[in-house]
Amino acid sequence: MDSEPLVIAQQTLLEPAGLVTRDLERVMERLSGADIDHADLYLQATRYESWGLEDGIVKEGTHSIDLGAGIRAVSGEKTGFAYSDDVALPALQEAAWSARSIARQGDEGKQEVSPSHRPVTLYLPVDPLRSLPEEDKIALLKRLDRECRAIDPRVEQVFVNLSGSHEIVMVMDRAGAIHGDVRPLVRLNVSVIVEAKGRREQGSYGGGGRTDYHYFLEGDRASDYAREAVRQALVNLEAVEAPAGAMTVVLGSGWPGILLHEAIGHGLEGDFNRKGTSAFSGRVGEKVASPLCTVVDDGTLPGRRGSLSIDDEGTPTACTTLIENGFLKGYMQDKLNARLMGVAPTGNGRRESYQHLPMPRMTNTYMLPGPHDPEEIIRSVKKGLYAKNFGGGQVDITSGKFVFSASEAYLIENGKITSPVKGATLIGNGPDVLTRVSMVGNDLQLDTGVGTCGKDGQSVPVGVGQPTLKVDGLTVGGTRVQG
Amino acid sequence: MSTMPPRPSEQDPLDRLKTLVADCLAEAREQGATGAEVGASIETGLSVTARLGDVETIEHHRSRGLGLTVYFGQRKGSASTSDLSPSAMRETVTAACRIARHTAEDPCAGLPDPELLATEFPELDLYHPWAIEPDAAIDLAVACENAARRHHEDISNSEGASLNTFQGLRVMGNSLGFLHGYASSRHSLSVAVIGERDGQMQRDDWWTVARAPDDLQNPEEVGRMAAERTIRRLGARSLSTRQCPVILAAEIASSLLGHFIGAIRGGNLYRKSSFLLDHLGKPVFPEFVQIHEQPHLRKALGSSPYDAEGVRTTPHALVRDGVLESYVLSTYSARKLGMKSTGNAGGVHNLIIDSGPLDLAGLMQRMGTGLLVTELMGQGVNLVTGDYSRGAAGFWVEGGVIQYPVEEFTIAGNLRDMFLNLVAVGNDVDLRGNTRTGSILLESLTIAGN
Repeated sequence: MDSEPLVIAQQTLLEPAGLVTRDLERVMERLSGADIDHADLYLQATRYESWGLEDGIVKEGTHSIDLGAGIRAVSGEKTGFAYSDDVALPALQEAAWSARSIARQGDEGKQEVSPSHRPVTLYLPVDPLRSLPEEDKIALLKRLDRECRAIDPRVEQVFVNLSGSHEIVMVMDRAGAIHGDVRPLVRLNVSVIVEAKGRREQGSYGGGGRTDYHYFLEGDRASDYAREAVRQALVNLEAVEAPAGAMTVVLGSGWPGILLHEAIGHGLEGDFNRKGTSAFSGRVGEKVASPLCTVVDDGTLPGRRGSLSIDDEGTPTACTTLIENGFLKGYMQDKLNARLMGVAPTGNGRRESYQHLPMPRMTNTYMLPGPHDPEEIIRSVKKGLYAKNFGGGQVDITSGKFVFSASEAYLIENGKITSPVKGATLIGNGPDVLTRVSMVGNDLQLDTGVGTCGKDGQSVPVGVGQPTLKVDGLTVGGTRVQG
Repeated sequence: MSTMPPRPSEQDPLDRLKTLVADCLAEAREQGATGAEVGASIETGLSVTARLGDVETIEHHRSRGLGLTVYFGQRKGSASTSDLSPSAMRETVTAACRIARHTAEDPCAGLPDPELLATEFPELDLYHPWAIEPDAAIDLAVACENAARRHHEDISNSEGASLNTFQGLRVMGNSLGFLHGYASSRHSLSVAVIGERDGQMQRDDWWTVARAPDDLQNPEEVGRMAAERTIRRLGARSLSTRQCPVILAAEIASSLLGHFIGAIRGGNLYRKSSFLLDHLGKPVFPEFVQIHEQPHLRKALGSSPYDAEGVRTTPHALVRDGVLESYVLSTYSARKLGMKSTGNAGGVHNLIIDSGPLDLAGLMQRMGTGLLVTELMGQGVNLVTGDYSRGAAGFWVEGGVIQYPVEEFTIAGNLRDMFLNLVAVGNDVDLRGNTRTGSILLESLTIAGN
């Protein structure tokens, strides 16, 4: 079997339905009118599986298959869209007809020209589901259960989940340019409940990426997840009330980069800025962060959860500079918003599935390293909070207010990390939080591959990262009001 | 014109879907399963959005799905597919059976107790399809957005208005002989606009949802509500850190009841992941609080004659006079706890907390000085410990009267205390969702601000 993604896509998506490329071209010809600016056909087949362990046994497993096509016609700012879970020719023709109806309402369009390109390979077109025998998947889960319980007798419950998906996509635009991608994705997560003296706490850790299950068997990776989940839970057993109010906050490296995703990432997506609904609208060239801050969205990192060889519109992904030395450089774009704003697409056009319309979305968003030693950053804080791990976050892109919730945090007193504190939500204002970054560590880390971003009801896998950061003044939502 | 494919026989679509489910159960038996449970659904719909007075998107939806769980004794496997063809159905059964060969024996695994399966199917009046053409749908969305944009001169921009209509069929069957299906519909209209004043931008929205199109709030009213909600946020200030009473406005108070349900859900109880472990029969709210589930309300969004396993749903109390009367259990979680299913596989159906005599203005009078929260952000809830810390926005209240909008603060406490010290439930009930509650006054929370 040919390992070219496009060839695999054609074999998987077209051959079983008795289709050839020429058939798709004919479908697309229905969308050729002077009043249509852009049109595309997106075919997708996804196989997904998940295995779950609790009570020491693997008691659940699921498997799903999803196959379908979405057809879109764009005229000016208007989009017509129809999808079908039947990829036979008549269903595609019907979907094209429905999508086309938008154009009758539209303005005069322009014929698009598709640049030809050959995307680089960021991940191998492997099938994660078949990368390990079922017995080995089960054995991995059971081993992690034993390891968690062996670390500490206070471990009461262990939950382990292993999942993988094998997604094959193909996108054809009206000019007949055709792109394919084979996207593996795996994830392993360990959660524990610990109990001591009537108090219960949880800890959770995991990772993954665009690879197969062997990734978790390399070195001590899976065992590290187990150790880390138990460690976090045990730390939380000792946690005292978190402080309430504005204070200096040091954010750890890696997953705390969710700060960037919420505080500035969403606000720099092209659709909100074209429409003028973002707190960052019209601010390219302005200073929005301290000079220590350079932030990129990079879909080209090999094997990363948020990476893609091509986005869901066939555009190769890129490393897009969002903020450079404190100045706002640009937005993340899909084709529609790029065209309407008169700029080039940045490879950020993503969609949850063939049932959804693409829109500008992040890939891997991170801050480049700075000059400071992480220990020096902690030492510089007289009184504050050190937040090492986070759960999720959310942003109101119009007011700019964003939150993200710490799941492991400590007090900093006189330059030293002291008591662990209970989880608390941190809240800030996106357009000015980065102006208060006073130190940036030299320890850039990307997260371990756990992020999922939701927007308009669509979920896509993403990555984040940052070095250790010191923010002078962020509101910490604890319960203890200081005197 | 396109050439439409010839349609298969004119058999009733519900009967066709039932036949598919029955065939799938037979196939599972054929492949050696000792028990099986199958759900299948078909849904069609239309979504349109209009922005700045003109159509922005038209989306035609058509999706199908089939999911099954097979048991080999007490081993379990699940699989699903979006392809309802006979060959895909057989492959899906094979996938589920393959998984069941690898999962472990679990003494609690299995189909529901036969005597708990639904045998009567009350008419719940859930199906009111809307044969609206895209052009008419666009007109409604435009009218809604126009009403919002024209309401006030400070409305400067719009995220658009959206009209959605869905109708579908759902069939559920198991190898104990249960086989039933019904049609339902759901329509909604929403709009979000942006206001601007003195360099500050704020966004807010309003929406209406119903089983029948005639029960939707009219588009102009929805638009006006969205505009008013946006305008009243302009001029928002920050707050200093303090402790004070908090009112959660009706439209967000349902989240608090959601956390309560999470804490009494069987899955969290048998996993010892709830701060309400072992609280059955104990007070968890003040004595005046009554919370119940009403699964058979006609036309309601959460109504259903049976749960996701075919177990009959019944109106029952969860909290009576402040005391926890019932957990929320599926067959599996019930067996893990040595109890019986409460018909809650897949969740609760129309959760209701009884109202007191006061409306929102009355609650604010009772509170005197404190915070009215109209928006919550982020997760920030730990059900294992009950620790609660969420981002919020709303209004500062003094002397029972709104003073000014506030933002960029968090509210924090512990859910156990928040429930026990709940002061009052308003009669301004939001009927739009699966949870029906008025605004809720809480005794005191920590507000973290600047």
